[in-house]
Amino acid sequence: MANAAPTLAAPAGAADAKLHRIAFAVMAVAVALAPFAFYPVFLMKAMCFALFACAFNLLLGFGGLLSFGHAMFFGGAGYFCAHAAKVWGLTPELAILAGAGAAALVGSVTGLLAIRRQGIYFAMITLALAQMIYFFAVQAQWFTGGEDGIQGVPRGKLFGLVDLSHMPAMYSVVAVIFLGGFLLIYRIIHSPFGQVLKAIREHEPRAVSLGYDTDYYKLLAFVLSATLAGVAGATKALVFQLASLTDVHWTMSGEVVLIALLGGVGTVFGPVVGALIIVTMQDYFSQLGAGVTIAQGVVFVICVLAFRRGIVGELSRVLKRSL
Amino acid sequence: MFKRSVFVAAYLALSAGAAHAEFSGGVIKIGVLTDLSGTYSDISGQGSVIATQMAVEDFGAAKKGMKVEIISADHQNKGDVASSIARQWYDRDGVDAIVDLVTSSTALAVNQVAKEKNKVALVSGAASSDLTGKDCTPNTIHWAYDTWMLANGTGSAIVKTGGKTWYFITADYAFGHALERDTTAAVEKAGGKVLGSVRHPFPSSDFSSFLLQAQASKAQIIGLANAGADTTNAIKQGAEFGITRGGQNFAGLLVFITDVHALGLNTAQGLIVTTSFYWDLNDQTRAWSKRFFEKHKRMPTMVQAGVYSSVLHYLKAVEKLKADQDGAKVIAQMKAMPTDDPLFGKGRVRQDGRKIHPAYLVEVKKPAESKAPWDYYKIRTTIPADQAFRPEKEGGCPLVK
Amino acid sequence: MNAIFGIPTQALFGQLLIGLINGSFYALLSLGLAVIFGLLNIINFAHGALYMMGAFGAYFLLTKFGIGYWWALLISPLAVGLIGVAIERLMLARLYKLDPLYGLLLTFGLALIIQGLFHNEYGSSGMSYPVPQALQGAKDVGFMFLPIYRGWVIAVSLVVCFGVWFLIEKTKLGSYLRAATENPGLVQAFGVNVPRMITLTYGFGVALAALAGVMAAPIYQVNPLMGADLIIVVFAVVVIGGMGSIMGSIVTGFGLGVIEGLTKVFYPQASNTAIFIIMVIVLMFRPAGLFGQR
Repeated sequence: MANAAPTLAAPAGAADAKLHRIAFAVMAVAVALAPFAFYPVFLMKAMCFALFACAFNLLLGFGGLLSFGHAMFFGGAGYFCAHAAKVWGLTPELAILAGAGAAALVGSVTGLLAIRRQGIYFAMITLALAQMIYFFAVQAQWFTGGEDGIQGVPRGKLFGLVDLSHMPAMYSVVAVIFLGGFLLIYRIIHSPFGQVLKAIREHEPRAVSLGYDTDYYKLLAFVLSATLAGVAGATKALVFQLASLTDVHWTMSGEVVLIALLGGVGTVFGPVVGALIIVTMQDYFSQLGAGVTIAQGVVFVICVLAFRRGIVGELSRVLKRSL
Repeated sequence: MFKRSVFVAAYLALSAGAAHAEFSGGVIKIGVLTDLSGTYSDISGQGSVIATQMAVEDFGAAKKGMKVEIISADHQNKGDVASSIARQWYDRDGVDAIVDLVTSSTALAVNQVAKEKNKVALVSGAASSDLTGKDCTPNTIHWAYDTWMLANGTGSAIVKTGGKTWYFITADYAFGHALERDTTAAVEKAGGKVLGSVRHPFPSSDFSSFLLQAQASKAQIIGLANAGADTTNAIKQGAEFGITRGGQNFAGLLVFITDVHALGLNTAQGLIVTTSFYWDLNDQTRAWSKRFFEKHKRMPTMVQAGVYSSVLHYLKAVEKLKADQDGAKVIAQMKAMPTDDPLFGKGRVRQDGRKIHPAYLVEVKKPAESKAPWDYYKIRTTIPADQAFRPEKEGGCPLVK
Repeated sequence: MNAIFGIPTQALFGQLLIGLINGSFYALLSLGLAVIFGLLNIINFAHGALYMMGAFGAYFLLTKFGIGYWWALLISPLAVGLIGVAIERLMLARLYKLDPLYGLLLTFGLALIIQGLFHNEYGSSGMSYPVPQALQGAKDVGFMFLPIYRGWVIAVSLVVCFGVWFLIEKTKLGSYLRAATENPGLVQAFGVNVPRMITLTYGFGVALAALAGVMAAPIYQVNPLMGADLIIVVFAVVVIGGMGSIMGSIVTGFGLGVIEGLTKVFYPQASNTAIFIIMVIVLMFRPAGLFGQR
């Protein structure tokens, strides 16, 4: 996957940075205005998936590590958040933090095991670890509710003040989390840390020879990615007031790969575009009846055959600018 | 948002003069939320959509001047997808009632949403008896069957006919556990004994190991507390390992007629099953099922029958109320009126949201006994309506005082 | 007396044998995956879907043309193999110069499409395929009641596995194949049509999956989703065995079948997960798998 976007390895120049600022501003305005035109729950779902995909992309697109087990962070955090809000009665911000914390913890442990391998073996180890988390989720019914999931999670009051059962309040919270998470990832990518990460992606032995402790960088990237995926999963649990096995199943890990691939691996805005398209597609096709899986399969095949750089990746190639 | 409210206002102004009932948006909109692409699509799926259409036709909505619209969607057996479609339907698309809801996680999710939005959910596909127990709401009715009915029907009836010792092969899932727990209770109450159980991961394809363990237990009855492909695979492999020839019998705790069809009588013969609907019960069920078959090329399952029955009763309640906006009111009306339809006969809906009708303990025929395609069951016992379901007080539903 | 960890020895033998039977399927399937990966560097995620097609092939032959099990054993893998050849020519051939992950993603997409199409056409509950006349019944082997068909599965699997191993490791054709993976340009220069060889190899690997499907048809329900969850288990088998190692996947296939069989006795809930735990442990200590070389 490392060769997905070789042209994007260069640090963002001043012109690119300006372009990114404009694009981000457009995105923020779109987020603010969209609920007037579209159904807010749908938008919140798209934002959760977008953040999830951005977090995943941080690892794959900028660290060169394909995780096939990211569902464990997304779904695992969802369970913790739901449990914290429903059983422990925490306020929503603390519940999301609890979910993110759990994801960070799981991410540190699994990361330590996984980063020692590369390529397909890395993908396999993450898959195997995710399967174990899935197994735990099925077994620990006292915590996860088994296949029924944790139902009826209260959204609660933000900081004990703002009632999130009102749509605008919930929407604002999700929007802030999404935009905040996006900015954070952007900062990470363009920080010195992000540059080292890209160096490792391009040529690990070289990075080692330059004196970088590559394992440390990879682990940090892994944990960051896991935590942010956790934030997305926890938020989703609050939006839908539900945490279920779907989010820890391996097909969810596959779905996030699809989103990143479709949008453009290694691009800044790609995962957001990918998430929007996939979520729309799922929404649209589920209403049409059968065919969701076929449609997803077709998108996979077309992406791999026709535009491997993804939508934003191709766009950035045409514009000759990194996006 | 703005545009929509203007539109609605204009519409209301226009329709205010009409003598019609005040249906939200001018139509009664029914959403069939089901599995169209996964494991449970044969027991519900497209067949449930057809059943809904038939209910609307048979009710004669058009003649009565009521406009009924049906939409459907695939929840892919995912709770979050179900919940998001349900919200969208209730909030944006003006859906008044959601029906079918196969698999418990989706039904429980929509159960919550319906209550929050004060709409209607009519569950036929899901099995969890929690829907009329601790999770019951004033907005949900649970129609065709539930785990308690299956467990109790199969458990106690089999013990009474001599199957005293049991061994369970259970899907390691809340649903499987609930079935095993409830059946165990029924078996022990009837004087039987459970010798043990083995829990298999869901889904599994190879059951030989579990079957050997069941065989070694020497139990007379091997209870299959699972569903769908797990059950059919277990039965098919059981035939291979000579389970029935060895004198043991399978009791399928959740087997639909489509499963029996998929297995073929050769493999499925002798299987004992509890169901709340069978197409060949009487003239009315035969006539209806024949119509259904012409449209769907398969005989209806009890889920699809339940969908039909629930939609019909819902429309009757709405007709009487002349309004469909207030979900809890419609449900209250449905509980107040006795039910009557060609499939389940006369029945009622209890305070906890449980639809009451008889259940049937059936045995799958031998190939020689079957005279026509889909002639699969012989009725062993009819469990009367008042005994088929969990007593209202035992469920722990807060609505029951 | 006759008990190990509280399980009667007899029962334990039975479980071991059953594990071995399941292992035969793992071995057959992972063999195909290993051949494909070893020679094409493609991780064939569509393997489970093609296995399902093999089983459906047998079902069609029986119901539509009245062709029985024995011919299906030949025809179905051939037909699916041809489909494989088409897939390779039309799609996979464009990906060889890229990271193997693209092959994985493409075949994952293909698997979704194939399963979706079959599901739309045949629904979810599947069909029953009878055990062939000659292999019906069961035999008392002392410690258990062994269905003859299951014995047949082990026998066929062993023969096929050994045959493939021999073909690739010990024959001239096999040496071409192996050489072509090392250095396609050089082998091409020697006058071997490398692209065609690769195409046929993919077709062959896919045919092995279909063969496993035909073998499975009388045991399991023939159902569009029958390969969906199997694929990641088989995948784990290949990784544990060492990607691309023929012997590795055979030995691991049988071995993991047995281990899974034992898990089903001692902690059945975890039987699907045991393989993944083993995979993590193996990859920790032997990064290239048990039989893999780096």
